[in-house]
Amino acid sequence: MQFISGILQGRRIIDSLYSFLMPLLAITAALIVAAVMLFFLDASPIDAYEALYDGSLGNTNSIAETLVKATPLIFVGIGICVAFRGGVINIGGEGQMIAGAVAGTAVALGLDGLPSLLLITTSIVVGFIAGALWGGIAGVLKAYFDVNEILSTIMLNQIAIQLMVYLLNGVMQEPSEDGRNRIPKSSRIVEKAQLPRIDEVPFFDTLFGDTTRLHVGFLFALILAFLTFVLLWQTTLGYRIRAVGYNQDAARYAGINVKRQMLISMLLAGGFAGLAGVIQVLGLQYRLQTDGSAVDFTGNAGFNGIVAALFGGLHPAGTIPASVFFGALLVGARNMQRVTEVPASLITAFNGIVVMFVVSVQIFNRRRARRRAAVQKEQSHV
Amino acid sequence: MFDELLTAGVFASAIRLATPYIYAAIGETFGQRSGVLNLGVDGIMLMGAFASFYAVYETNSLLLGILVALLVGALLGLFMAFISVTLQAEQGISGIGLYLFGLGMSELLFVKLLGTPRSVDGFPRVDIPLLSDLQFLGIGEIFFRHNLMVYLAFALVPISAYVLNYTTLGLNIRAVGQNPQAADAMGVSVARVRYFTVTLGGMFSGLAGASLSIALLKVFQQNLTAGKGFIAVALVYFGGWRPTWVLAGAMLFSFVNALQLQVKTVGIDIPSEFAVMAPYVLTIIALIFATKRREQPTALTKPFERGE
Repeated sequence: MQFISGILQGRRIIDSLYSFLMPLLAITAALIVAAVMLFFLDASPIDAYEALYDGSLGNTNSIAETLVKATPLIFVGIGICVAFRGGVINIGGEGQMIAGAVAGTAVALGLDGLPSLLLITTSIVVGFIAGALWGGIAGVLKAYFDVNEILSTIMLNQIAIQLMVYLLNGVMQEPSEDGRNRIPKSSRIVEKAQLPRIDEVPFFDTLFGDTTRLHVGFLFALILAFLTFVLLWQTTLGYRIRAVGYNQDAARYAGINVKRQMLISMLLAGGFAGLAGVIQVLGLQYRLQTDGSAVDFTGNAGFNGIVAALFGGLHPAGTIPASVFFGALLVGARNMQRVTEVPASLITAFNGIVVMFVVSVQIFNRRRARRRAAVQKEQSHV
Repeated sequence: MFDELLTAGVFASAIRLATPYIYAAIGETFGQRSGVLNLGVDGIMLMGAFASFYAVYETNSLLLGILVALLVGALLGLFMAFISVTLQAEQGISGIGLYLFGLGMSELLFVKLLGTPRSVDGFPRVDIPLLSDLQFLGIGEIFFRHNLMVYLAFALVPISAYVLNYTTLGLNIRAVGQNPQAADAMGVSVARVRYFTVTLGGMFSGLAGASLSIALLKVFQQNLTAGKGFIAVALVYFGGWRPTWVLAGAMLFSFVNALQLQVKTVGIDIPSEFAVMAPYVLTIIALIFATKRREQPTALTKPFERGE
């Protein structure tokens, strides 16, 4: 008996090594591919990667900028953890961010008579709810109408953009603007609706000083990641969500209401993306504006959050470092573009390669699991 | 008001606008019929659009532009097949990866090689003799005054329907998507069929991109497709995996789009944002009813492994 449990112990260590090594393998492979691409673009990969590093982690300010970029990725990413663990493929982060931002900004602008703490709280809560509802539409469509959520969330992204542009050209328009604008925008939110910068938090002021744009939204993201971990692994609801994602039929057989769990996963994922949106406004941009595209407001965080979550093993604790990593890439890319004249869009392509590698190397995990199951079967026969 | 809205010009532009969707969605139909969901269509379209545009911009050869689009599409399709068939990756997610790759890569090449949006002459309009002069109900203007890419797209639909429904190849494709175990037992190579359909789908997506950049719009800029590839995937679901119905979906979607543009020119007072979002709302509603029919290939998105 002791011998067997010893083996199992060893296996667990190998397993955790595996789950740690696989993303590293994927990133290494992606870095090599990117190096080849850089080579063809007539840029030295070493110079490019050095510029990437300098621009993202080279000094206090660039580190702060990296964390600023990472913040929406963490919010969206932990939402993706919930959704994907629940077997729902949420591609609607962009639209849900916009929904959260629009509603949250509307509150911040409309209720500016409230005291600061109450104003910020209401605004954030409303942002969460709006994102949850936007995600919830896809959830209802999937659970009760059998509509593929990948497709519905993509459509909802497009619809959200148009709604945002409509509102920014109408009721939410900055009063000094008139008529239709190429870059419609809302008024600037009042100072008491703005999230404090990180230097107003003890301890962090010594780390970052008072010149960076890093705001407390980053800390909210960390807290929410922890809460999500608790939800998924320490509560019955989390257990149900994961059961549905792991094996729908088995979950149904065990008496779990599969449809309801799917809807809940989508509500949460949408809500978290909504938080990413509203906090982007309250913490960083202080007004909602767009050039008519989603990416101009979201910075593609709705998609990059998926990349971060996948890379982080669909676990909140992994999503945080992954988000920081991709935040660093996005910030560093601008420096790389300056130094080596390689367009920053290389990073978007790079993210795509990472996603494909991450989902491709999972075959090794599955093969291992299957081999082990076969071995166990054989042993039980003996 | 209606005669101002429903002009022959609107119908003609609906047909033109449908072209990229037809190529992409018909190609995707082949893949999905064999059980593979390729969500990276938009990324392949972008790469095809840029590659063909650049080829035409540099050489002025439309044929070369088409060949380059086919080649790029085939390569990316082959890559997607490798990931989803051989490596059995989760298809919804790997498709997003392919999309991001195409989005970033096409923009990178565009910035590096062209810098600013340029235009090409592209495919000229080819009036079909006699038919294009038909005045009755504006038929001549609606159907017979387009560029070659439009005619080709519409020709591909019946051909694809025939291949899928009446040939051994089509039978194999459907068998592999419906019951891979049985197909395998009958001696059909599941992997080979899926490699074929996904690569073919990639080539169609490449053409879809080319039909945008060198035939319909005749320019290239960042994110030229603006998500059209995703709509194409939705149209496959909407069309119940049958080419003729996929075509009907593409036409409906494009018609609403053309109408939306006309509403603006006629000066009807609907906020343009609502007009722009109308096709997407319509697609969601259509998906609700389309999915009710439940004729989805049983093995869609499920990797196949022998002896399970």
